[in-house]
Amino acid sequence: MAEWLDAILVLVILTNLWLLGSSRLRACIQAAALQGILLGLIPLLATWPAITARLAGVAAASIVVKAIVLPAMLRRAAREANVVYEVQPLVGFTTSLLLGIVLWGLATHIAGRLPVAMLHVAPLLIPVAIFTILCGFLVIASRNTAVMQVIGYLALENGIYIFGWAFAIEDPLLVEMGVLLDVFVAVFVMGIMIYRLSREFDTIETDEFTSLKE
Amino acid sequence: MLALSGFVQLILAFALAPMLLSIINRTKAAFAGRHGPPWLLPYHELWKLLHKGAVYSRTATAVFVAGPIVGLAATGLALSFIPVGGCPALVSFPGDFLLVAYLLGLARFLTVSAALDTGSSFEGMGASREVLFSTLAEPALLLSLITLAAASPGASLSAIYAGIDSAVLASGAGPALFLVMAALLVVLLSENARIPIDDPATHLELTMIHEVMVLDHGGPDLALIHYASSLKLWLFGALLVGVALPLRSGFFLLDLLGGIAGLALVAVIVGLVESVMARLRLVRVPQLLVAASVLSVVALVLVMR
Repeated sequence: MAEWLDAILVLVILTNLWLLGSSRLRACIQAAALQGILLGLIPLLATWPAITARLAGVAAASIVVKAIVLPAMLRRAAREANVVYEVQPLVGFTTSLLLGIVLWGLATHIAGRLPVAMLHVAPLLIPVAIFTILCGFLVIASRNTAVMQVIGYLALENGIYIFGWAFAIEDPLLVEMGVLLDVFVAVFVMGIMIYRLSREFDTIETDEFTSLKE
Repeated sequence: MLALSGFVQLILAFALAPMLLSIINRTKAAFAGRHGPPWLLPYHELWKLLHKGAVYSRTATAVFVAGPIVGLAATGLALSFIPVGGCPALVSFPGDFLLVAYLLGLARFLTVSAALDTGSSFEGMGASREVLFSTLAEPALLLSLITLAAASPGASLSAIYAGIDSAVLASGAGPALFLVMAALLVVLLSENARIPIDDPATHLELTMIHEVMVLDHGGPDLALIHYASSLKLWLFGALLVGVALPLRSGFFLLDLLGGIAGLALVAVIVGLVESVMARLRLVRVPQLLVAASVLSVVALVLVMR
């Protein structure tokens, strides 16, 4: 199963790059949803044949929350706020991709120096976790649209979740705490989003459109 | 035996390369529900063009005449380093992939110079785009090849591709090779002026990239250019197939046939891409090429880690 875990982690890297390089909000939300599915598969593959019912439940819950509920909320928010594209990010998309390479190099470098080598986890797990966190930071810092920033926040949280799995596989209690934290994060994310949306988009009012038309 | 296998490969490449164009056209025709042009049309076209005369503009100099000749010579020379299906190529030495990249660069330089030499403004535009896109595609190509060199014990193209077999896949480099494959496919589409980067069938000079540079070439010169571009497709196809189908039986003929079947498959894939995709907007193309480079860097870090 180790090869499959590696493949999943490489796909997580690709979804991060996708987030960095795409200007279409819908595509970015899809990337975040895909990342959620991949994240749900990680614990199953990491502990392969010995899957307990509790572990499967945790994985299923995380897939439902991260790949279905949150993306649906984001999609709805994007539709209601009438935003389709991230038009003018602070850092361009090509530059973001190039920064992504730098972050990936940084992540592997940091992961090589962290004293976690004694943990029995896939060697890619820690660098991918750090890379996901860094990409989340980059998206939050460099995008103007509130929805994109929330997606960045989700990526950041996904990275922390992956990092958690490196330690938590032996300790189910920690895992469940992680899931609880996820639910908290979901509420928190929506809170930020609604706040940001109401602050940022109050100029896109239907009133304004009718006044323009008249 | 080694030299013989290299000769056989090279002769097959020179003989069968225009066939790839035929496969692409037939795939597109089948996808559109048409019958498609005859299989040997590219050969007939080359034959027809070779028997025509050439007209040279009064403003053109020797550079214009040299463009197609040097282009074909450099591409053919580069082809002698390329192994098909893991069989050793005619010539190889450690680091030869750099020479291949620069031979292709030389061919491009002369093509661009010949385009600029005509003094036509359209050709200048095409030349500028070609140089921009190939500048962005070159890092992707070199980084992909360096990644392959890091994943396999060899250092020359023949040794690298001979070393990429199921053992390398099992050692955990599988995902990295997959990324390299994607990067090489983008490079292939870009370098051979295919959709989604460039449309080989377009008839509007404003949107052309590669085709516009050869507008003023005619007769034998155009034949040389067409032939060189089919050799280039063969070259990049062989680089891609060597990664995508790392099956080695150990028998020379079987491997070579497998490699050529793989090349035909690549041509079918290119035809499918052209059938289902539209061209990217010009401003989006650099992003795609940078993404290809990014993929190969990620793969390199994965392999070197």
